[in-house]
Amino acid sequence: MSEAGHSDYQGAKIGMWLFLFTELMLFGGLFLLYSGYRSLHPEAFHHASQGLSVLLGTVNTLVLLTSSLFAALALTAVQQGRSAESARWTGLTAALGLVFLLIKAFEWGMKFLHGIYPGSALVKALPQGEGLFFGLYFTMTGLHGLHVLAGVALLSVMALLVRRGTVAQGDCVLLENSALYWHIVDVIWIFLLPLFYLAA
Amino acid sequence: MSYLEKEGSGGLWSWVTSTDHKRIGVLYLALLTAFFWVAVGIGIVMRFKQLSAGDFLVSAQAYNALFTVHGVIMIFMFVIPGLPAVFGNFFLPILIGAKDVAFPRLNLLSWWFFLAGACLALASLFTGPGAPDTGWTFYVPFSLRTGTNVSLAVFAAFVLGLSSILTGINFITTVHRLRCEGMTWHRMPLFVWAVYSTGWIQVLATPIIGITLLLVILERAFGIGVFDPGRGGDPLLYQHLFWIYSHPAVYIMIVPAMGAVTEIIPTFARRCIFGYRAIAYSSLAIAALGSLVWAHHMFTSGMADVAAVVFSLLTFLVAVPSAIKVFNWTATLYKGSVDMAPAMLYALTFVFLFSIGGLTGIMQGALGLNVHLHDTYWIVGHFHYVMFGGTGFAFFAALLYWFPKMFGRQYDPKPAYYAWALMFLGFNMLYGSMLVLGMMGMPRRYYAHLPQFHTLHVVATVGSWALVAGLVVLYWNFLRALVFGKPAESDPWGGKTLEWTLASPPLAENFETLPVVTGAPYSYNPRTPA
Amino acid sequence: MTTMEREQGHIVEPKVLVRVWLALMALTGLLVASSFVSHTLAVWAMLTLTPLKAWLVLQFFMHLRYEGPLLKGMVLVALSVLVIFIGMMFLDLGLR
Repeated sequence: MSEAGHSDYQGAKIGMWLFLFTELMLFGGLFLLYSGYRSLHPEAFHHASQGLSVLLGTVNTLVLLTSSLFAALALTAVQQGRSAESARWTGLTAALGLVFLLIKAFEWGMKFLHGIYPGSALVKALPQGEGLFFGLYFTMTGLHGLHVLAGVALLSVMALLVRRGTVAQGDCVLLENSALYWHIVDVIWIFLLPLFYLAA
Repeated sequence: MSYLEKEGSGGLWSWVTSTDHKRIGVLYLALLTAFFWVAVGIGIVMRFKQLSAGDFLVSAQAYNALFTVHGVIMIFMFVIPGLPAVFGNFFLPILIGAKDVAFPRLNLLSWWFFLAGACLALASLFTGPGAPDTGWTFYVPFSLRTGTNVSLAVFAAFVLGLSSILTGINFITTVHRLRCEGMTWHRMPLFVWAVYSTGWIQVLATPIIGITLLLVILERAFGIGVFDPGRGGDPLLYQHLFWIYSHPAVYIMIVPAMGAVTEIIPTFARRCIFGYRAIAYSSLAIAALGSLVWAHHMFTSGMADVAAVVFSLLTFLVAVPSAIKVFNWTATLYKGSVDMAPAMLYALTFVFLFSIGGLTGIMQGALGLNVHLHDTYWIVGHFHYVMFGGTGFAFFAALLYWFPKMFGRQYDPKPAYYAWALMFLGFNMLYGSMLVLGMMGMPRRYYAHLPQFHTLHVVATVGSWALVAGLVVLYWNFLRALVFGKPAESDPWGGKTLEWTLASPPLAENFETLPVVTGAPYSYNPRTPA
Repeated sequence: MTTMEREQGHIVEPKVLVRVWLALMALTGLLVASSFVSHTLAVWAMLTLTPLKAWLVLQFFMHLRYEGPLLKGMVLVALSVLVIFIGMMFLDLGLR
């Protein structure tokens, strides 16, 4: 049992995991809503899902999974004392996060161009349930996108800290916790892919 | 140097930037007290209005705003943070022999979030198109359609929830990581068990209301349509999401209150707590079971019959761990040499009033009776017995118990007894009448009432005056003690837990050297093996 | 496990991570492919492959496999709570 809180490695990690649980439950509420509505309107969800691009969704999945690998590699590198390499991996993770956001923005933009956005006349005119699908789609991918954005910012700072040596072998819990956050964002996307893009 | 004097000037700035868990506890106490009195004031106005059956004092629209704001403030800004934020912050680290919580800076941040959320909530009253009038539950579809300032109020609740989550994370980690040498799980004071259990509800349930409230905001701002029946949405799903948090929130309010009472009773009965493990695990059991009963708020909403039966059954089951606690408290008193100090009196009042609250709760958990009682004054009476009679009285008991330790001043016990008499009388007149009114059919949240309800409405209003008079005496006594109170001894009540080994008020660092614990807490006769 | 290792957590070899990544890529391919075959298969693939992917990330990328019983237990509690919440809501929605 350690004396001071701030240097408690295990404690910091427990705290981070507890925070991840809150993220899980935050999206959990939305998953609950999604599963409820999908069971009420199976046909409408099936139909509305055809309006989404499987290609873009899949590419984004691959981007995010790869970024997760980079984050894990960054941690291994710093643990083994290869700081420069770790900073590189961390930076690449953030960069892939940006790529994800760009693709997402393109996808949303295309939808907007076709008149599909929250509360648009077109969405309101859709048959019962299909409007719900898009409402959930924008809410869930939007909230997820905000988390990616936060993750990109966090990892950019981490890349800097690792480069400067503030985060280094033996004292890398900041990077480890940031990576944990990034992985949970990835896990949530793993679920979003089949729920929205592959439901057709 | 005590924590009150440390950090130089002792000005306000040194307080609001302090990461000392004791100072943060006191900061919460200050804010909570202020909001409590605001909400009490609103309550008094509402009761005053009910002196007349019709149009009187305030308009019907203003009345809607009053009960909404009374509920929002009392629930989100007083009872939910209540014991964990004030006494949990101040005493949790001390009770487990630690110098601070696991994340002191996060702790301060959570106080700032609380302040921000509270400011937003108050701002929602005075800005925009008018104070929210939805009731504290923000039920759709009304909350989506009303023109009042719902979005801001809902966002305030979101920020307050964030603060609650951070506190929960902090406490769970603290209990896991910072127990001093020898402080095994089964040597922890029972208040710690209670706050620990509460922490889990805060972490796992609060995010659900967070997302629900965000959806209300998104719905109002962009019309995403997720709760709109016209587009295939289901308002009942809002109620599910809302109560998945808001029912467990009841246990966020009551479990730490039970924990505080469990500290007080052995001290003044001079006996070791009866059934230590039963009380400890019943806290966890309440947290777990209490998370699975939420739909009993929706029995009349048209949900599935099978679901209603299951939720009703689970509701009855929560009574089991709650009763375990009540029986153990009673058994602790048996053959004890009971010292009826103010803290003890208030704690026992908690047991009495909470039992009424709990038993009335079982009644409305029965499906048939629920149809009759739903949305009546009975419900209002019931939850005031739980929240005010339960958590409120436990809060006062805890304050009476720990006040000398927190501020190093002793209060005069006499006014506390007078306050108790006034409050106990007023409380039962006010909320007892409500139970009867509800059974007679008086609907809650109604502005006007029928002539047959008038007498009891007047009784309730007169009771509210006695209740508030008692509160004034109680708080006046505390204020007086803060300024004129005699210096408190380190262990004025003969308590046996770690906080009583410290000076009153405690040092900034709590312990000069971290203690080593060798036995169970509450080591009066007869001793129980750890 | 030495004290040093415990203080900064388990080190997962890069080649293990890369293998997990390859598995994740393959599973994603399988998932997408199955969604084009038939609706039933798509649903089953979603219900099995998606949790499997999440499990891989949790176990290897997030080091859960190498953690002590405390963290594992906590994760189990949090996941069970979410599953129970969803399940109990379906008591109403599925039987209404």
